[in-house]
Amino acid sequence: MTEDIWRSKVERYIDGELSENETKALGEHLRECSSCAAEALQQTQQKRSIKLAGQRYAPAAEFRRRITEQIRPATRQTYWKPAFALAIVATVLVAAWFTYSSRNAQSQRLLTELVDIHVADLAASTPVEVVSTDRHTVKPWFQGKVPFTFDLPELQNAPFTLAGGRLAYLNHEPGAQLIYNVRSHHISVFIFRETPATSLHSQNISKDVLKFSVESWSAHGLRYFVIGDANPADIQQLASLLKEAGNS
Amino acid sequence: MPLFDSLYNFAHWLTENREEAEELVQETYLKALKGFSSFQTGTNFRAWIFRILRNAFLNSRTGLKAMQTVQFDDADEEIGARTEETPESLLLGRASQQAIHSALEQLPVIFREVVLLCDVEEMSYEEISQTVGIPVGTVMSRLHRARRLLRQALKEKVDRASND
Repeated sequence: MTEDIWRSKVERYIDGELSENETKALGEHLRECSSCAAEALQQTQQKRSIKLAGQRYAPAAEFRRRITEQIRPATRQTYWKPAFALAIVATVLVAAWFTYSSRNAQSQRLLTELVDIHVADLAASTPVEVVSTDRHTVKPWFQGKVPFTFDLPELQNAPFTLAGGRLAYLNHEPGAQLIYNVRSHHISVFIFRETPATSLHSQNISKDVLKFSVESWSAHGLRYFVIGDANPADIQQLASLLKEAGNS
Repeated sequence: MPLFDSLYNFAHWLTENREEAEELVQETYLKALKGFSSFQTGTNFRAWIFRILRNAFLNSRTGLKAMQTVQFDDADEEIGARTEETPESLLLGRASQQAIHSALEQLPVIFREVVLLCDVEEMSYEEISQTVGIPVGTVMSRLHRARRLLRQALKEKVDRASND
């Protein structure tokens, strides 16, 4: 097993999420590998520091008393209500819902993952790896880094400004992430090859994910995602410009 | 009352306000009691009640705002700046409790909540998945990003303190 694979397991090891066999194997590796042992020690210290710092707020005694008084009568009324019929109905509904939602689960997971990347990258100190407002600088930067090429729109009469780009990964598939600004909002455009790992259950998608507007479509073997907290009309306009550029 | 201190601490971290945290905890207990019949014995009570609190937060004005807004300071000035990795042992040794509080507060809510549930509440990935309503794989990637963002924020604070 390579060093990278061992290292990728350290976080789950510290969180107690590895299987018994994996824990044992990694424990043996840590005794031999000083680099991974240092990584494990650092992550343990970070987890401990956050645990201590995170236990910050304690409820006031008066608030505790007030809540106790409020919920005590309600507890007596509610705890012993027979609800077998309700439980059966609920079980049937949940089962039906799971069947229905399984088709969309993969798509939802992909979109949530991309929203996470968008939020994390904007909150990071280096949101872009190539900094330029010029599409003729940003696009060539991706040559040799992603296994496809793409076209970016001319923005002369549009309210958007290109801020730069960076590499993004979705299910181990490399792709391009472009950052656009519109007024004080930031929009991420993700472009990946259309593969089972990056495709959605529908050709075109327009929806909210965690309150972020998302537009996604597939064209010429590529899957596009436009994600941001800007006005949905802005997201749609940028998506239209990208579609036109992709078809020209 | 079960989990009262934990729920209050989590609510205060989400809302960053004592009164709103109290309202959130109160709403959580009332909703939990009202909907107790829907709780299935044998399933995870802690994940269930934390989920009620989180959903109540998301429906509050502060929650809606927190999920819509991605805050980062002086983004334009920071573009192009590269972060040097510092060993966390050194970093955390130099970071005060106040600095860690501040770094946690700066974290976007979707990352703050998973790191609090994992490191403070010591929930398993599966419990966090049930509480937040996301797949376990997403829990892992959010945790990883949250911890990376925390390290970056702490490093910036330590550097700033060193330069002052």
